[in-house]
Amino acid sequence: MQTTPITVRYFASIREQLGRGEDRLEAAGIASVADVWRQATAAPLPANTLIAVNQEYARPDTAVRPGDEVAFFPPVTGG
Amino acid sequence: MPIRIQKEAFDPWQEVAAYGAAHPDRLDGRTGATVVFVGSMRDFNAGEAVSAMTLEHYPGMTERHLEKITAEARSRWPILDSLIIHRYGPLVPSDPIVLVAVWSEHRDAAFSACRYLIDELKTRAPFWKQEATTAGARWVKPG
Repeated sequence: MQTTPITVRYFASIREQLGRGEDRLEAAGIASVADVWRQATAAPLPANTLIAVNQEYARPDTAVRPGDEVAFFPPVTGG
Repeated sequence: MPIRIQKEAFDPWQEVAAYGAAHPDRLDGRTGATVVFVGSMRDFNAGEAVSAMTLEHYPGMTERHLEKITAEARSRWPILDSLIIHRYGPLVPSDPIVLVAVWSEHRDAAFSACRYLIDELKTRAPFWKQEATTAGARWVKPG
């Protein structure tokens, strides 16, 4: 069954380490943020990584649905 | 309570004056206090000379969280208005990075709200600084 994919976005040092800023994942088999990271990368989630689901801060166990946008990034340093 | 995320350089003092002049209905005669925070780029950090900086951000999420922070400040203190401007892209030393201005009737509300806005921006708004040093580029660690 075809479902809307999940958009995965990477920023700053995480984007550089992975060598890409975005992935699109088939939603099948994905229930949480942790599943997204596992499916998109072979690496363990770096310590202190911040997560957003649909631009709201989230955690590794936050639920993810087809069509969601999930982002991974290091601690923020604006201002 | 505008929030602007922009690549272009800006003059924070000019922005504060222009905003006040453009909103006499909200600010004229009622404003007893204007508190302004300006964050600028240093030419040194963590013991090394810094020649340039690039600011990355998460478009959309940045604005959403700055709007949230602004709404929180507004619910906590009786402020008349606020203005936030934040740069992204390439910057050079001395460039203003961020402006947070708050107008209120009395100074307590403006001081408290301005402090809250910049402190929350620093921990919640998705911006990342990368510095260019003689040893190469490095991502800034949160201070």
